Amino acid sequence: MTGRTLLTGWGRTAPSAAEVIVHSSRNTAALAGSVTSMPPRGGIPRGLGRSYGDPAQNGGGVVLRLQDDADETVVDRTSATATVPAGVSLDDLLDVIVPSGFFVPVTPGTRFVTIGGAIASDIHGKNHHVDGSFGSNVLRMSMMLADGSVVETSPGERPELFWATIGGMGLTGLVLDATIRLLPIETSQLAVDTDRVPDLDTLLTTMEESDRYFRYSVAWIDPMARGAHLGRSVLTRAEHATVDQLLPRDAVEPLAYAPGQRLRVPPIVPARGVINHWTIKAFNEIWYRKSPRRAVGRIHSIPAFFHPLDMVGAWNRLYGRIGFLQYQLLVPFGQEAALREVLERLAASGAPSFLSVLKRFGSANPAPLSFPAPGWTLTVDVPGATRGLSALFHTLDALVLDAGGRHYFAKDGHTTPAAIERGYPRLTEWRATRDTVDPGGAWASDLSRRLRLTG
Amino acid sequence: MENALGEAQTIVVLGGTSEIGRAIADRLVTPSTRTVVLAGRRPTEMRVEELEEPGVVVVATPFDATDVAGHDAFVRRLVVDHGDLDVVVVAFGELADQAELDHDVERAAALIAVNYTGAVTVSLAVAAQFRRQGHGKLVVLSSVAGERVRKGNFVYGSSKAGLDGFAQGLGDSLAGTGASVLVVRPGFVHSRMTEGMKAAPFATTPSKVAAATVKALRRGSRTVWVPGTLRPVFSVFRHLPGAVWRRLPLG
Repeated sequence: MTGRTLLTGWGRTAPSAAEVIVHSSRNTAALAGSVTSMPPRGGIPRGLGRSYGDPAQNGGGVVLRLQDDADETVVDRTSATATVPAGVSLDDLLDVIVPSGFFVPVTPGTRFVTIGGAIASDIHGKNHHVDGSFGSNVLRMSMMLADGSVVETSPGERPELFWATIGGMGLTGLVLDATIRLLPIETSQLAVDTDRVPDLDTLLTTMEESDRYFRYSVAWIDPMARGAHLGRSVLTRAEHATVDQLLPRDAVEPLAYAPGQRLRVPPIVPARGVINHWTIKAFNEIWYRKSPRRAVGRIHSIPAFFHPLDMVGAWNRLYGRIGFLQYQLLVPFGQEAALREVLERLAASGAPSFLSVLKRFGSANPAPLSFPAPGWTLTVDVPGATRGLSALFHTLDALVLDAGGRHYFAKDGHTTPAAIERGYPRLTEWRATRDTVDPGGAWASDLSRRLRLTG
Repeated sequence: MENALGEAQTIVVLGGTSEIGRAIADRLVTPSTRTVVLAGRRPTEMRVEELEEPGVVVVATPFDATDVAGHDAFVRRLVVDHGDLDVVVVAFGELADQAELDHDVERAAALIAVNYTGAVTVSLAVAAQFRRQGHGKLVVLSSVAGERVRKGNFVYGSSKAGLDGFAQGLGDSLAGTGASVLVVRPGFVHSRMTEGMKAAPFATTPSKVAAATVKALRRGSRTVWVPGTLRPVFSVFRHLPGAVWRRLPLG
């Protein structure tokens, strides 16, 4: 009972207490000791806790953290790959690789995720339509299984375990290190095209027709805009800039990289938070109007383009004590009507939501629990204190599932086991693989219990 | 496990025929709820169908508040059958005419055994389970009758005073464990238990108590008064000189 820590996800909802154990991924003897002596409630690996809900917490059990040094990363310049300990964050990895002319194959909207977490959630980024998800760019990994043994997995070696681990939410075993593809870059800047788009139809058409010409493409939607303005958005698309595209003074050190945090939200926000209908409506309006109607080839830094929210530390505190939820859905191509209805219902509900993101996914990978698949994904942040949120979410769930869509485990805080079984028809296949490597149920999390993932 | 909206999957009402307890369970049921357990001395009288909804299993199970030695096993059995306990409501209790208790010490002792001793022991067993699972919310039905005990029902009032203090202390002791305790202090509640009694000022109903309780749970409050006006009223009552207090026409 001693040494328990209260943990939540990034949304700061549904806390539970667990014993946190920290090891280096290199210390396999100590890790094996911990892994083979899990308490009845099991254990779950936790990276930087950026999942919104409960996948990286395990009430009454163990939470395993890997503390790794980015200096132990081995970059192979000729093959453009890196072998990285699983506890290293993209933040630390970028510090190592950007100055030597490489970028990560996939980055989400924050660089504060670990390699292990990126694999477990099979994260995606603005380049999914070109490069696929993070897991699609993993060449191999070594894992510790529930019996303490260390095994190699890759698409060619123990492929079932490899793909069950990608998107497997840490429930198949502990990733120790992984070899990932890197993207060679000439500069640490991006050439960004920005377009203000007046409505949803124009947005979907534009993305369909021209996404393929850009490595990165994402639309920021104002989810509170209604009627003729429904789906009004700012579409940003980008390529890594070449040296020629930089100003002469920036071209001197084209790979200079210095991400920084400009401010940090103090832990003294009012209990109700500062995010409500009126502050957000005003924010969305200003943000839409300040964006250029059209701008071509503007140069942005990596943090400004990929990780704008990372400039504000602990921004999740802005939502107050009750925290917030992020709702991320996928609907397949051809189900645009469902997407429109989701947006209409969100806008009509008056739920204060900002920073909603629409992204067009490319093809899926073979992982049974991987979230991305050909279709549209929409992401919305909503304060937990919003009136009628439960009913709204359950209505949206039905729309999404009826359209053949699904929800993203890394964001989920509210769906039900039934919704997951419908959204992930290959769940049974995943369970079968999991049962072979963890017959005793050593790996468990609040998420796995809530959604009955392990059966 | 409770979800990010604070919606419970497993709800247990100890005192399954209590109108307040049932009203709380009814309000806690959401599309995420899997199981509602109604526990009490007379499982056959629980009318489980009243709480049934699509996708929700409602179970009636025997529970004896005075069987203190069996409380830990009872809680462990619940977990084996239904998984983690998300919300447990301690809703059982007895009310008796003070005039009868004045001359019937055995009845007085029996009332204390249920309202205080039984509530304490089962709460301790639930708290131990909450520690094992690293989360959980305990709702304890106290009463304003315990806030300042009056001559008209001082045995009952003292049992609630004791329980209220116990529950607050238990809540404090659980800080950092993921578990929490909500103490509910209703005023006079119109229900079967108070049928035929003269209603006190600020009387309320089981459904209002339930609404306030569920709201307080979502907000993470430690105490809730129903109606809310009773809080300032009783902070005055608490400090009245005894001579004034006993002359107040409160019955």
